[in-house]
Amino acid sequence: MGNSLLQYATVLMLTIFVGTEIIAKVPSILHTPLMSGSNAIHGVILVGSMLILGGATTNLQEVLGFLAVILATLNVVGGFVVTDRMLEMFKPKTQKPKATTNEEVTQ
Amino acid sequence: MSRETLIDLLYLFSATTFVVALKGLGSPKHARKGNMIAAFGMAVAIVATFFKYVDGHSLHHVWLILLAMFIGFIVAVPTARFVKMTAMPQLVAIFNGVGGGAAALVSITEFVHIKSTHPATYVTLEVLLGVLIGTFSFSGSAIAFAKLQELMTGRPITYPGQQAINGVVGLASAAIIVTILVTSSTPLLWVLFALAFVLGVIFVLPIGGADVPVLISLLNAFTGLAVAASGFTLGSNLLIVAGTLVGASGILLTRLMSKAMGRSLSNVLFSAFGSKVTASGATTRADGASVRSGTPEDIAILLGFASRVVFIPGYGLAVSQGQHVLRELAEVLEKKGIEVFYAIHPVAGRMPGHMNVLLAEANVPYEQLVEMDEANSELQTADVALVVGANDTVNPAAHDDPSSPIYGMPIIKADLAENVVFLKRSMRPGFAGIENELLYNPKTTLVFGDAKDTLTKMVAAVKAS
Repeated sequence: MGNSLLQYATVLMLTIFVGTEIIAKVPSILHTPLMSGSNAIHGVILVGSMLILGGATTNLQEVLGFLAVILATLNVVGGFVVTDRMLEMFKPKTQKPKATTNEEVTQ
Repeated sequence: MSRETLIDLLYLFSATTFVVALKGLGSPKHARKGNMIAAFGMAVAIVATFFKYVDGHSLHHVWLILLAMFIGFIVAVPTARFVKMTAMPQLVAIFNGVGGGAAALVSITEFVHIKSTHPATYVTLEVLLGVLIGTFSFSGSAIAFAKLQELMTGRPITYPGQQAINGVVGLASAAIIVTILVTSSTPLLWVLFALAFVLGVIFVLPIGGADVPVLISLLNAFTGLAVAASGFTLGSNLLIVAGTLVGASGILLTRLMSKAMGRSLSNVLFSAFGSKVTASGATTRADGASVRSGTPEDIAILLGFASRVVFIPGYGLAVSQGQHVLRELAEVLEKKGIEVFYAIHPVAGRMPGHMNVLLAEANVPYEQLVEMDEANSELQTADVALVVGANDTVNPAAHDDPSSPIYGMPIIKADLAENVVFLKRSMRPGFAGIENELLYNPKTTLVFGDAKDTLTKMVAAVKAS
């Protein structure tokens, strides 16, 4: 038991460094999608919720687990869909203005 | 390879996709792909979990799990798909809140589950931290949602002794945690749950609407930490990695965001910024200075004589849904050979980058969006700065007046342009609740009314001229 705690603590420490390192230089226009994207990632609590409901032996545990799975699914699905919708908007769209200049040239 | 090892390997794969995704989200080019990768990794982890053994047996209640997932799915997808872009921040808040709620429920259930086995103190501590942080994030996000959705006032709510009361509730929660560690009492767990809930509410109340995005980022990081705590309890590396990633990057992101507003994080969280409305909201001030107002047609003529026009959009534009008309105005001006670009303040809108998203949705070409620093050097040569629904982000007090609460905040220097035009609904001050000297500047003209209506009239007038 003590060993596994040490292993988890190691993972924790290393992940803290990875987490701060990978977003140190994000441009501010991406702050919102980044927040939303990491919001979706902590939806991984769905895995924990499934294990809780899957291991439930009393009615109380079943009710709490059931609610947890619903909430966590909202988090995962909503999080990813919203982020995707935001990022969809970042595609550069240049076709339209070009089309009008072409028209003017031909006229 | 045993079943458990295979599942753990799949979890390792998922954890890796999360790191790759966060990395990708840091650059505009890879952001969307990064998000897809994380979604795929998540799907792998969820499917793998169905085959996991808990306490030596395969998952019970598989149908209940599927039913709960189905309910979550059919609520989340339409909500996330069809909510207006302007409402994006509150949507992120609510999805973050439910995640925190789920983490708290997982921890509570686990406490009930393992209590009979007399777990080690550190296991109980992890559970209690999961309950505390998860519930805090849940209720805090709910209030943040209410503020942004304007179900309640967006202004800070303050009362005497506020910080002291918050401190007492915080200390009480800590005391309860210690007591539970000693007695492992289940009734006290519910007390902790209630206290954490109250703490989330009273912590968020004094934070003004303009600062709520920073707060959401912080609560997002908290939910990550709550998930990591549940990961410790459940012995899941995947939850620890994902939760800690979000927690660590979220806290850094929160600091970056408050820096973009030129303020410290503690100033954002504890100063009840914007609670005092010092602006008079009158068109004539006590010292006799008054604003000059014009009609959309006047402005159309002014624009017609310009050779370089800068649009400075703010949240008011988004509220009036005027982005498309603004783009139309840019197009008719460009046809007349007038150069147009958009100056984007990093915190224009309700969240950093929000304005870029809103304008991109209205098909504004990406190249016309100019970031603040570049815009400020270009503004000196601009003939007209057209401020649409923005206020605090162009307030010169931020660099002229050390006594101003927004002193030091980076702004777009609209005052450098030859002429300044404000499209405003009324003289009501912005989120910071302070007077904007620029409104009384002799080179400023105000056009009152709904931004979309005004812009539509301006487009017609420019076309006609």
